[in-house]
Amino acid sequence: MSNLEVHGVRVAFGELVVLDGVSLEVASGESVALLGPSGSGKSTLLRVIAGIVAPDAGIVVVGGVDVTHVATHRRGVGMVFQDNQLFPHLSTLDNVTFGPKLAGVSKDERNAAGREWLDRVGLTGFDDRDVTGLSGGEAKRVALARTLAADPTVVLLDEPLTGLDRELHDRLAVDLAELLQPVTTLLVTHDPEEAAVVADRTVALADL
Amino acid sequence: MALAIFYVWPFTTLLVEALDATAVADTFGRSQTWKVVWFTLWQAVVSTVITIVVGLVPAYLVARFAFTGRSVLIGLLTAAFVLPTVVMGAAFLALLPDSLDRTVWAVIAAHVAFNVAVVVRVVGSLWEHLPTDMEYAAASLGASRWHVVTRVSFPLVRPAIVAATTIVFLFSFTSFGVIRVLGAPGTRTIEVEVWRRATQLGDIGGATVLALLQLTLLAVVLAWSTITQRTHSRALALRPVAPRRRARTRGERWFVGSAATTTALVALVPLSALVVRSFSTPSGWSTNAWTHLGRDEIRPGLRVGVDPVDAIANSLVNAAWATLFAVVFGGVASLAITAAKRHGRLIDSGLMLPLGTSAVTIGLGMLITFDVAPFDWRASWWLVPVGHALVAVPFVVRVCVGVLRSVDPAMTDAAATLGASPVRAWWATVVPYVWRPLGVGAALAAAISLGEFGATSFLSRSGGETLPIAIEQLLGRTGTTLQAQGYVLATMLAAVTVLLVVAVERAQTETDRTPGT
Repeated sequence: MSNLEVHGVRVAFGELVVLDGVSLEVASGESVALLGPSGSGKSTLLRVIAGIVAPDAGIVVVGGVDVTHVATHRRGVGMVFQDNQLFPHLSTLDNVTFGPKLAGVSKDERNAAGREWLDRVGLTGFDDRDVTGLSGGEAKRVALARTLAADPTVVLLDEPLTGLDRELHDRLAVDLAELLQPVTTLLVTHDPEEAAVVADRTVALADL
Repeated sequence: MALAIFYVWPFTTLLVEALDATAVADTFGRSQTWKVVWFTLWQAVVSTVITIVVGLVPAYLVARFAFTGRSVLIGLLTAAFVLPTVVMGAAFLALLPDSLDRTVWAVIAAHVAFNVAVVVRVVGSLWEHLPTDMEYAAASLGASRWHVVTRVSFPLVRPAIVAATTIVFLFSFTSFGVIRVLGAPGTRTIEVEVWRRATQLGDIGGATVLALLQLTLLAVVLAWSTITQRTHSRALALRPVAPRRRARTRGERWFVGSAATTTALVALVPLSALVVRSFSTPSGWSTNAWTHLGRDEIRPGLRVGVDPVDAIANSLVNAAWATLFAVVFGGVASLAITAAKRHGRLIDSGLMLPLGTSAVTIGLGMLITFDVAPFDWRASWWLVPVGHALVAVPFVVRVCVGVLRSVDPAMTDAAATLGASPVRAWWATVVPYVWRPLGVGAALAAAISLGEFGATSFLSRSGGETLPIAIEQLLGRTGTTLQAQGYVLATMLAAVTVLLVVAVERAQTETDRTPGT
């Protein structure tokens, strides 16, 4: 069964048609990498799925439910932004537990779960760290842990490995593949090699 | 140095005068004093709370949404902000029914209309730097719009909310012009009482004690504000302005439409009332007040008492000098504050003192200091502009230092590693950020000088009346004929101030479009 379906999505900004009749399906637990050069509308597609950009036509289905007109916070779609967008007024742990806190999970429970997520992304003991002082790789890991901790139905990643140095890039690519194993994931990248390491399947936006 | 002569010295004189035991005992022993203090405090708190709550809506609106008339709305708000207090008082006097005139509610309404722009400017200008994606990130973690605002946006713009709260409170607490025009004997702030004691009752001792009491209360508020802002200071302002979007859903369109309309009305309606009243006479509509502006005798046997045309000329000359003094001094001081780092904080706090001291206290201090030999400067042409500049400098400094502090020191270091000498590196990385706030500062200084009423109430002499003084005198008279003249002057002052602001806004928009700035 598909956890994420996109049918006939069209987005135009004025005269410029960014997406024209795009359709895509991602099976439950599957990781799909969306390939395409920059400016080809990959990020826009993620934003349509997350409910940030409203499509001019087409529908988005998440977990079998048509969410095209559902607000972002009710879609069950978690998104890791290219520049992470960590909340600078919160500690690392509070960033990670942001979703569970909104969901009403008790403090002890969410902090325990949050620490576990930090362990899994390799940031044990980072609880009280100021997120503005994290390195690029660390910040990306926190952003990933924060999104996964909110337990979304679908995870979207926008160029998750861009801007990291080679060694960090390769290490995080392997970690990502492992962390995202059980999760329905759509990730956007312009790097075919990266797509091959992280995702189960690669599709080119031009073919959709 | 200038600060020492024109601020510290008068202030010391004030202190010495205030340390008179009899005056202290007399002042604190009067129940009237405590009534005034209590009134000042509660009306300031109520005005501030209402202003912040009301102002956050348009702050969010202009920071986040693109809509037709957005720049007009910002212009209107800015106009309301720089509107002289006397004009705002006059506008509400013109607007409200007689039953509400001269009540505390009229005063609070004027304070809110006046200060909403502070919230929009201060909070909005930080809010627009908050990346929209950060809000979307929160939404994708399950945060509703309410939670996005309360858990992410508000905490991040908190330094700006604190700053806005402080400014609005200071303005309302030291309200003078609005109350002189709109208030009644029961609605006197400390500021008005200082003026009344010093100039109407000749009780200089009592006036200085009250001025000092007010200073102490304000120092507490300023200290709180400085500490809170420093703890919450973040490099948010350095991020680029987030793209604004058009309203998408029906709910958003409704919000944008109603919020923009309401905000525009808050700024426009009082001003329109001003214009309308300048044409109203007991016998119907007439342009009489406008056409007879330059004549001393507006009807056979009825004299205006002040010359409106002279008042206009006096105000313009004062404003030109005050702006020059304030910008030169404020600009240099801002650079010094940021360059000196640790010691800079000391200069910074020192320069904020005139802000906390209030215009009336500055006027009172200068009056009692420079009225005696060998420094009998009371008749000097420059005393009024210097008084105005003292009032304006803190604004120039605040605008400049805020921007300069947010310049990442790493940029200067980076320039140095590229081979730039320290001065060159500083020039290349810091100075480009100064022109804009300096321009804003100059406009503020000119507007402040044109509308300055507190210090001028003490410093201007008969024949040297400025516009606000003339307006207050005319509106205080009975009879619609004289009042209409007051409304004419208030309309003119409002128009000049607004034009000034529009010009600056234009200049700023053009700077925005220049590549590399």
